[in-house]
Amino acid sequence: MIYLIFAYFCASMIGITLMALTRKNPVHSVLWLLLLFLHIAVLYLFLNAEFLAVVQVIVYAGAILVMFLFTVFLLGAKELPKGKRYTDLPEGKALIGLSLTGVFIGAFSSITTAWKGKYTIEYIEKIGNTKALGVMLFNEYPLAVFLLGIILLIPMIAVAVIAWRAK
Amino acid sequence: MDTLYIIAITIIKTAVYFGILMLHVAYATYAERKIIGHIQLRLGPMVVGPHGILQPIADVVKLLFKEDIVPAKVDKTIFKIAPIISLTAALSTFAVIPVNKNWVIADINVGLLYVIGIAGIGTYGIIFSGWASNSKYAFLGGLRSAAQMVSYEVALGLSLVGVILMAESFNLTEIVNKQTEYWYGMFLFPQIIAYFVFVVAMLAETNRLPFDLPEAETELVAGYFVEYSGIRFSLFYLAEYLAMFSMSALATICFWGGWTAPPILIKAFPILEFVPGFVWFLIKVYFHIFLFFWLRGTLPRYRYDQLMAIGWKVLIPLALVNIVVTSIVKYYY
Repeated sequence: MIYLIFAYFCASMIGITLMALTRKNPVHSVLWLLLLFLHIAVLYLFLNAEFLAVVQVIVYAGAILVMFLFTVFLLGAKELPKGKRYTDLPEGKALIGLSLTGVFIGAFSSITTAWKGKYTIEYIEKIGNTKALGVMLFNEYPLAVFLLGIILLIPMIAVAVIAWRAK
Repeated sequence: MDTLYIIAITIIKTAVYFGILMLHVAYATYAERKIIGHIQLRLGPMVVGPHGILQPIADVVKLLFKEDIVPAKVDKTIFKIAPIISLTAALSTFAVIPVNKNWVIADINVGLLYVIGIAGIGTYGIIFSGWASNSKYAFLGGLRSAAQMVSYEVALGLSLVGVILMAESFNLTEIVNKQTEYWYGMFLFPQIIAYFVFVVAMLAETNRLPFDLPEAETELVAGYFVEYSGIRFSLFYLAEYLAMFSMSALATICFWGGWTAPPILIKAFPILEFVPGFVWFLIKVYFHIFLFFWLRGTLPRYRYDQLMAIGWKVLIPLALVNIVVTSIVKYYY
């Protein structure tokens, strides 16, 4: 039963990605992308990572895609321009094909069945997935969290400065 | 066999929940017309049934049988999908909302975040309907709504962080249980700033007055659903009312103690212990629903720049201060 559902989600994610890539109208692409993000959230649920699943929906489906839509609307791109693109050239095709193969080989060779260390499935089930994530982030990687916060702060300051000058 | 049993039970639960919810929504429209009518010294609907009590049913029948018009230059697929996205998002929220002790379809650990996430998905129905309608009024309404909902979602989420800190959980049942440990039985008093921020953000999230700029009748005719008619229009209408109910339910659960009565009240009047939980829940929810109608009847609409200024310069700083204060108090006591 669970394998059937998993198989459905994997197969449909590939299909949805293809649909998103091949749409002529960028707004249709965004709609397919929304469906894809929701499917990815379900994939997190298969890993018992319900917190990540919901964050995926809030951040990617809820916020980032709205930004994509705004960009599409602002540029007023009704349909993509038809012209010669880099991917039409034989060198371009070869480069993209080779690099994708490299990524796949790298990904398949580094597959591990489960994360080894303190955070076993039993431990996470005992204290809860959200709490485990919080404890790990703030106890083991506090520097990374602070750095990420600063990285997110800098564009905010930049935007404020631009808005200040525009006045 | 076991899985099938669980699926069957869930479907039955969902159907019952859905039916009751729809009845509440239908009569919320009636209540709105009556309350606004009385605020404006009118009588409201009076013709269908005694005091117009059958008006919502007549409205449903009318909307179902109206001609479904799809304008010629719209993007047909998205035009048809958009109201369905809106309604599905509004309905899925209720899967995690507990009405009484153990009366919930899915008691998940991240319930609160789920509600916020699904509310974000609901925005797409509005943006896509505005875009697909291929009309300037609808498009402006859709864009306004997108900017408004994305801005106020931040304030809404941040206002709930104080509640999460106090309850130490995202689970809605757990949040309600935690509140009964206090003698006043609700987070409303320690989190009064958060509640203020939440109520203002709730009005903006549901596109209700005084923040109904996406549909602003005097400027945009009807905003994002101007090209819709018949059943598709009613789907948007339904989604708006469902969003009002889900936001009221969230306010009830996070700030008013959900289905529980304040312990001090029960101590004073032991007879209140026999009042079923869902009655308390409904009283609290309908207080918020009444608040929506009350504000609609009394407040004028804000300007768009005022709306953005309130969101970013007042509500979000207030919510952040609340988080800092709550954390410090929580750490030392």
